[in-house]
Amino acid sequence: MSAVRAARLAQLLEDVPYMRFLGMTADLAGDEMTATLPFSDHLVGNKTLPALHGGVIGAFMEMTALCQLTLLEPLRRQPRTIDVTIEYLRSGRPLTTYARADVRKVGRRIANVHVEAWQEARSQPIAALRGHYMLSPTDDAGAS
Amino acid sequence: MSPSSQTAAADGDSTPQGAPQAIALGFRTVWSKPGEAVVAVAWREDLVGDPQSGVIAGGVVTTLLDHVCGMAVGTLLFDGKRAASIATLDLRIDYMRGAEPRREIFARAHCYKLTTSIGFVRATAYDAEETDPVATAQAAFAMTSPSRASTAARP
Repeated sequence: MSAVRAARLAQLLEDVPYMRFLGMTADLAGDEMTATLPFSDHLVGNKTLPALHGGVIGAFMEMTALCQLTLLEPLRRQPRTIDVTIEYLRSGRPLTTYARADVRKVGRRIANVHVEAWQEARSQPIAALRGHYMLSPTDDAGAS
Repeated sequence: MSPSSQTAAADGDSTPQGAPQAIALGFRTVWSKPGEAVVAVAWREDLVGDPQSGVIAGGVVTTLLDHVCGMAVGTLLFDGKRAASIATLDLRIDYMRGAEPRREIFARAHCYKLTTSIGFVRATAYDAEETDPVATAQAAFAMTSPSRASTAARP
């Protein structure tokens, strides 16, 4: 079962061009998934500090949520983001960033996911995301 | 907070257009005036988030909105006295629909309130008409003085 889920995760990371653009990976340890974003120059938003672009940190957490949702069950279509709220806690330094997602609620159509991103210490998160995702999208909402 | 989008320092080295991530995504500043900015991103194969539909990744729209919001704040800081680093505090995005594949996406941001240390911004992303948005955003940005900005990177 876990091999099946690992294969599904690997397939998603391979299939989504934007995840490759970011350069992110994700690994499963039992039922726990950790997403990894190695530092790369093209992810920088502020050359002076330097710091990762805030959008990149948000996007990485959004993609982490999608990865976590594909582990739930085989989905006919990719979940669509309805909304996200991103809190920035610390500067994203030029280091590897990690993220873990927690699916807080799965309804018939909508899932609520919390994600936290950190760099050197999990106890010092650099950002957090809360979001809603449409699992069986209709035509009128959550289409991104 | 994420000292992310850009630095509005007068040195010009860290203008939003100069941010490596903005260059990597191909961001194009359409226009800006005090308190407002419009930035566009072209559809690209390597930015697709859903290979089935060809819709650009939500993450690209997130970065575009964060970027244009920071820029709108930055347009109010070039008076020489308030040169500062701009850091996103929080960013809320509602996604109304997928952007049309192969169409350019625009994002317009308005910094409607600037206190001594915080900028409040609203933004809309759209691919055809602004009245038919792809996504809307609400954000708050914190300004740090240049001397404090360097320590912000090492919390």
